[in-house]
Order: sequence, then structure tokens, then C-alpha cells
Amino acid sequence: MTTRLLYFAWVKEKTGVAAEEVELPREVTTIAELMSWLKTRGPEFDNAFARSEVIRAAIDQTHARHDATIGTAREIAFFPPVTGG
Amino acid sequence: MIRIQQEDFDVGEEIARLKESRSEIGAIVAFVGAVRDHAGGQPVDEMLLEHYPGMTEAELQRIEAEACVRWKLQASLVVHRYGTLKPSDNIVLVVTASEHREAAFRAAEFVMDYLKTRAPFWKRESGPRGTRWVEADARDDAASARWDKPNRAAE
Repeated sequence: MTTRLLYFAWVKEKTGVAAEEVELPREVTTIAELMSWLKTRGPEFDNAFARSEVIRAAIDQTHARHDATIGTAREIAFFPPVTGG
Repeated sequence: MIRIQQEDFDVGEEIARLKESRSEIGAIVAFVGAVRDHAGGQPVDEMLLEHYPGMTEAELQRIEAEACVRWKLQASLVVHRYGTLKPSDNIVLVVTASEHREAAFRAAEFVMDYLKTRAPFWKRESGPRGTRWVEADARDDAASARWDKPNRAAE
């Protein structure tokens, strides 16, 4: 099963990708593990997730902590802290 | 009600529509956020507002629903723009309506504080020195955190 990954703002600019469908490795079970894995996908991803502690995530359009379990998520998004309003 | 749109909004029209056939409303608070022409001592010529379609709506609905749990509101409205904006352009409108003013005042502030820290919008400012993504302000986190205390509806 593939998972839809989305990137916003400077995370998107750095990865050069807005959205993609990805087959996640079985050992990736949390947001933190997913970010570590994404870093191995090339220099753009390594750069985008270099300061992964500042990056926020959402699982199926709900804010999620880095220790959150991915489970059967269909859509996971990564973005900087929000600055709307 | 919540709305995400590129177009501008008319505060007077929005309030008039909100009041229609709701004669029990006695207090209306409206907050409008606008684009400043400077940031960090630098001129701003243009602002790009990006958002996460789908989650933005879901998050704003959650915030509005939470406001309705905490205060007795007759009506509420959040309109947030996205796309390219210029200095003085409107960004966001929050309107809350209640029988008496306290609920409307507090709910409007609550919605804005939560929106600032939870709604998935990102601002990118452009000026003579180039383009930069706006960084989150710790004061917004503090403003939002003060509402994490137990329900204030009883005050």
C-alpha cells in the first residue's frame, strides 16, 4: 500500500517535491522514523530534513507529534511551524 | 462557518449576512488581519500565503467547534485568504456573535490565537532584499497556550 506524502512552504522548496505516492519500508512506524528515512533519499531530502526537530507533521490532515505512530495513514504532510492569520 | 478563498472580503457584508434572521444577537466582534508593509525593519512588497487544502478547512472547523463549546455563540465566521497579497490587503476575518459582548470578545481572541498556531498557512514575504518564509513567533505559542487552561466559559 502506498502513502501520499505532502510537503509545504520551505520543506517543499528544499525537497523540490509538492506531493508523491511512496511505498514506505516496513520498519518505518513513526513520524520521526519516516523523517530519518526520507533523509536517505538524496541530497535534497537530506537538506530539507536536516533540522527535522523544527519540522511539523500531520497524519491524515491532523497535527501529529514526531513520536506519533503512522499506522494505516493514507496522507502524511511535512511543513514548517504555521504562520497564518 | 469557515471559508478559504483568494478573493477579498467585505466586512460589512459579512456581518450583515451573519445577523440575518438572528435577532437574538446582541454583540458582534470582528477581527481583521492585514498585510503590513514592513517586517523586521525591512519593507515588504508582496506576501504569498500558501496553505494545505483539506487540512486547513478541517483545522478551522475544529477551532470554530471548540469556540462554540467554550462560549455560547449565536454565530461565527472565519474567512482566510491565500495566494499573493499586497500591503494593506486583508488576510483574515474572524466574526463572533453572542447575546452579550464577553463571549464574542473572548471567542474571537481564542479563534485567532488557535488559528495562528494550528491552521496550516505559511507566509512568504518578498521585498527589495529578496524573499523569505516568515518564521513562527513564540509569542503566538504563548497566546495560544493561555487558552489550554480549564474551560473559561463559566467566568
